[in-house]
Formats: sequence, C-alpha cells, structure tokens
Amino acid sequence: MSTLETAEHPEKLRRVAIDPVSRVEGHGKVTILLDDNNKVHQVRLHIVEFRGFEKFIQGRPYWEVPVMAPRLCGICPVSHHLAAAKAMDMIIGAERLTPTAEKIRRLMHYGQIMQSHALHFFHLCSPDLLFGFSSEVARRNIVGVAAEYPDIARQGVLLRKFGQEVIRITAGKRIHGTGAIPGGVNKALTREERDTLLADVYQMIAWSRDAVHLVRRLFEQNLEEYNAFGRFRAHQLSLVRADGAMDLYHGGLRARSMDGDILFDHFDYRHYWDVIFEDVKSWSYMKFPFLRSLGPERGWYRVGPLTRVANCDFIPTPFADKERCEFLAFDDGRAAGATLGFHWARMIEMLHAVECIKDLLHDDDILGDDLVTSGERAGRGVGVIEAPRGTLIHHYRVDENDLVIRANLIVSTTHNNQAMNEAVRQVAIQYLDGHEVTEALLNHIEVAIRAFDPCLSCATHALGKMPLEVELVDAEGSVVSRLAKSSDGSFSA
Amino acid sequence: MSKTFTLDGKTIPFKDGQTIIQAALEAGYYIPHLCYHPEFKPHGSCKLCTVKVNGRQTASCTMLAAEGQVVESETPELNEERRALTQMLFVEGNHFCPSCEKSGDCQLQATAYHLGMMSTHYDHFFPNRPLDASHPDFLLDFNRCILCSLCVRASRDVDGKNVFALAGRGIKTRLIVNAKSGRLADTDFAATDKAASVCPVGVILPKRRGFAVPIGQRTFDKQPIDAYVDNRMVREEG
Repeated sequence: MSTLETAEHPEKLRRVAIDPVSRVEGHGKVTILLDDNNKVHQVRLHIVEFRGFEKFIQGRPYWEVPVMAPRLCGICPVSHHLAAAKAMDMIIGAERLTPTAEKIRRLMHYGQIMQSHALHFFHLCSPDLLFGFSSEVARRNIVGVAAEYPDIARQGVLLRKFGQEVIRITAGKRIHGTGAIPGGVNKALTREERDTLLADVYQMIAWSRDAVHLVRRLFEQNLEEYNAFGRFRAHQLSLVRADGAMDLYHGGLRARSMDGDILFDHFDYRHYWDVIFEDVKSWSYMKFPFLRSLGPERGWYRVGPLTRVANCDFIPTPFADKERCEFLAFDDGRAAGATLGFHWARMIEMLHAVECIKDLLHDDDILGDDLVTSGERAGRGVGVIEAPRGTLIHHYRVDENDLVIRANLIVSTTHNNQAMNEAVRQVAIQYLDGHEVTEALLNHIEVAIRAFDPCLSCATHALGKMPLEVELVDAEGSVVSRLAKSSDGSFSA
Repeated sequence: MSKTFTLDGKTIPFKDGQTIIQAALEAGYYIPHLCYHPEFKPHGSCKLCTVKVNGRQTASCTMLAAEGQVVESETPELNEERRALTQMLFVEGNHFCPSCEKSGDCQLQATAYHLGMMSTHYDHFFPNRPLDASHPDFLLDFNRCILCSLCVRASRDVDGKNVFALAGRGIKTRLIVNAKSGRLADTDFAATDKAASVCPVGVILPKRRGFAVPIGQRTFDKQPIDAYVDNRMVREEG
C-alpha cells in the first residue's frame, strides 16, 4: 500500500482539492497535499455522499427488495436486481432455479454487462484514449469521437443499444425492470423476441471483436505510457465457476495474491464474511473491504474486469478466450497488470457476454414456461454476482413476518476503494509532482478513476462537462490559486 | 322513453335512483374517481368525481341524476382541481411508485397519469407509518392509504367483519385495524374476504406475490384507466 494515505504533518502542506469528482450517482473528491516544492505527501479519493439504502430497505417485504435495491444505480441496476433476487432465492429456499429461469436471468445479466461495458468504453473513456489524456478538452467527449471516428462511435452506440434491448425483453424495461423475482423470473422470451435479438447478435460479436482489437492497438501505440499509468500491485477477488472458468452470474470466490498465489478458491459466498471484512476510515463514507487473513493494512484487493480476466482459468466462449490468452501474453503479461488494462479486459468481457447471449438465444429453454421454484424458508439470504465493475454482494436477514430486518450491500466500487486510491496516488506522483495544476492534470486523475468505475465518471461524460474545482491553499489556509471548470465546460481562474 | 341529462354535451340516459357517475360509467363515459366503487354505497370523500351540475360543483358519486341536468366534467378547471387533489393524496402518504408492487395496477397512479400529473407539486409529509406484516397471508402497507374507506365498507357490508375502520379526524384521519392489539393477525380477516381485493392502491396486499406479473401485462399497461369505464373490470383484473 502506498504511504501517501496520511501525511505526517498536514498542517504545513498545501491542499489541492478536486471537488466534486463525480461518483456513483453522486459526488466524490480527490484531495492532494503538497509541500512548497510541489512534492506530493498525501492523496485521497474521498466518497463524501451517504446513500442509506441499507437502512431504508429495513422494514420492507423481501419480495420488494429486488426492485427497490436497483434504484441505487441507473447504470447497472440489473446487477443489483439479480444480486438481490439471488439473495431472496435463498430466503424462499429456491436452491436450484428452473433451467428457463436461470437462463433468462443470465441473458439479462449478459445484456447488462454488454451495455455497461459499451457505455463505459465508448461513451465515457474512448475520448481519453483516442485523443490523448491531455488533448483539447472541447473535443474530448463522445461527440468529438463521433466527428473524428464515426464508425467507432456508431458501433459503441449500437452495441449498447443491443444490450439494452436484451434487458428490456428480459426485465420489462431498459432501466429498473422487474424480471427477476424470488425463486425465478416473471417472464420468458417469446419466439418473436428471440428472433429479433438473433437478427443482430452476430453483428454484435463482430463489433465486439473489433473493440478488443482497438484497445490492443491503443496499447501498442502507447505501450510505455499505458503500462506505467497509475500502475500498482494488488490482490484480486472474483467469482469463478467450479471448473475455474469465468462466470459472471454465479460461482465461488477466488482470491489471488499480488504475486499470483491462490489465497482461497471456490469459497462459498454464502459465508463471505469469513473471508472479507470491512474497515472504516474517518475521511470517507465508503468502507474499505479487506481479506481477513491478511488484515486491513495488507488485505485490500481489486475487483472488476481486469481481475476477472486474469483470475479465471479460462473463458468458456471461444473468441473471448482467444483474446484473453493474447491479452495475458501481451508484452510479457505487463498489460494485465496495468490500470489501463481494465479497458482491454472490459472489451474481452463484452465479447464474452455477447457470445453468451448468442448461445442462450439458440437454447430453447429461454422459451419455457417453468419460471419459479421454491423450497424451505430461510432467514438469511446472500446473493453475489459479478457486476460490470466487479463483485457485488447483497446480504439480507428476513424475519418470520417476511420483512427485511438487516441489509448489507458491498458494491464493486467499495471493493475497489483502496485500489482506486492507489491508482490516483500513483498518477499524482507520476504527473503532478512539481507541476502546476491544469485541466489536463485533472483529467489524468480522472482517467485513472474512470478505468475502474464508470459510475464515477458518468457525470463527467454523460454531459461531457464535469464541474470541478481545484484550489491551491497555503499553510495559513489562504487560496494561492484556483482553477474551476463549470458545468457548462468553461474554465475560470 | 328514458330520462336523460347531458354530460359535456353528450346525452346520457339514466334510471331513477342512479347517481350521475353511475349513469355516466354505464354509458361508457369516464369520470375520474377513487373512493367510488359500483358495488358499494358512495362515500363522497375523495372528491375526484366532482362535476359541475347546472353550473354548481358537486360530487357525481352522491348526486342523483335528474332529467335535463347540464353536467360538465372534462373541463380544464375541473381537471386542474382533480390534479391538485391527486397531488395532495400523493404527498400525504408515502407513494414510491418505482418500488411499489402495485405499480401498473394502482388506480391512484393510473388516475395521476390520466390527469397529466407531472409532479407532486406540494411538500411531502413523509409520515412514519410502519407496516403490519403480522398476518401470514396479507401485508398492510399504510404508507399508501388514501382513506377511500373501500376496505372499511367491504369488510363491514360484505364480509360482515368490521376488520378496518377510519380513526381520527381531519388531517389526522388514519386507517386502523379493529383489534385490541391493532394487528391484522388478531382479526378474522381472510384472503377470501371482499376487503382483501378491494384496495385501489397498494395497502392491502397478498404476501409473496410482489412482481410476479411482469411489466407490460399489468392492468393499466394494457389500457389507461379511462378505458376501463366499467369499474368492476378494473377490480377483477387488478
């Protein structure tokens, strides 16, 4: 772990604040403490907003939770929908879903992975990657991409649209649907719906392969910078299937140390608290999860596409697995440890998701009518899923009257809290040390954050203009210089 | 030859003893309403069915139809007042449609859509109303109660049980359960009761049903509330 978390004598240092950095549907900020020589002494990514979902889910009936919890997020609500539904499967004793129910849920989930990854890469991050981190701010957005690379922008939009259609057809709505219910799903596909998706799925596979190759080319063109940018070593955590394959919907927990050793494997997530614990720090509302066996200082880890692609033994779809092998071998494996390797891994996962969608569309089980199952009622439910950004844990206790009495959600961004802090610290050291604060510098920090979690950057690029304010404050608290970017994108001193 | 009155210029036939809303609905003409139900004696409390009869406002669920009446209903003025009443119902309770299992089957929500309600406009009361989940088969979520009294009337007049009652006065009026403990589990309420299926909003809910009916197949996904001019159809489908 970097030593830059807490400076020894902060009172003597200047404070640079990026406030707000956009966060998961809210605000975060980055603070940097510098001495008179602009040497970096402290860097923190703070999550300063409080949501409270775990509290107001309490007292609600359990069957409402898979629909209520997804309101946490507008980008990956399906992940919360499915994690909550999986937890409630346990509550009603639905140990094994019907084939139709499980396949419809998987279809929904792969649609989510696809649309979220496409949104993140094409809409939010491709401007940084295609134009450069310090490029002209006016064109560093999806509109700029559409002007200069119209085919890439169009494919990104249509890939996302296809994923959204898969979600709409399985969940009832593109955002915040109701398809997964405790014990199964409330609808299967009709033949017409299946045929509609089948008509386009092969084009989506081709474009997804192109997207993987695009990131590879970007790495080849910027090899040194991409490999070094915000680089840090981390332990890794993800779900894997019983045979070690990537499985984004279900599996056991596998943790791998930063040296590549397996720390635990196929761990039953229904007892995740035996291996994961959450630390609390006074300067952030977001908790810091860690692996119990290694403790809070050494036990933090990284989740998400980069982790999943490296942590599994193989990807069970052919095109994606081939890309995985090439990614892991690229530059002697260095890209697989780079923060910007997230983008490459993300596109490999998008390809995997589309391949899975294709396979499911050819499976007649998705047209079935055996939708729901149940068994012996239980009081505790745990649902874990690999959301687009990483491992997502939903944990509930339900009383004998069917009301939720306790809820604990550990979302992907939370798992990555320390990892994102590390990446931001590395970027600050690499690019900030001794330099004047500029918009381009701010964007480097944002580029590192964006690699992890598009929720943090969605406000940035959704409007194309993230409001930011950076202040240099001397030891007496006086503002030395200030640079502000307003929500209309204009800069002022 | 039957007697008639005019409603927004249309001739509506009626039988002696019928109210304006009864005759209008029978003739296929929708007047917004929430506390009215064709199977029960009118309550006249929600006031959404207010119309102008010969220039004067009155509740069409309690006003008897009479020969030659000139009734106005679909006017900007009346709909504005109906919208305001609906907004007040929304802010008095806790109506979170996004996570409400009744969404798509809820008459309050459907009426709000019909009236073009785009926001709740007024300050929310955010009352604290705990759920009653004591009954093994039914849940009471008082957050959504609009005090229409349909459950009170159904339990009293059809089921002969008096499980529900409205207590308090004015703004403090609230739905209560007629048991010493105040809990539904301590009454003889049953799933087969009329009161179990009469709630137009999401207060009286069968447990564990939730979102079993998908989006697109719910009552008001199929057609808007004004297309269900025979109110009984709404009850059966909802």
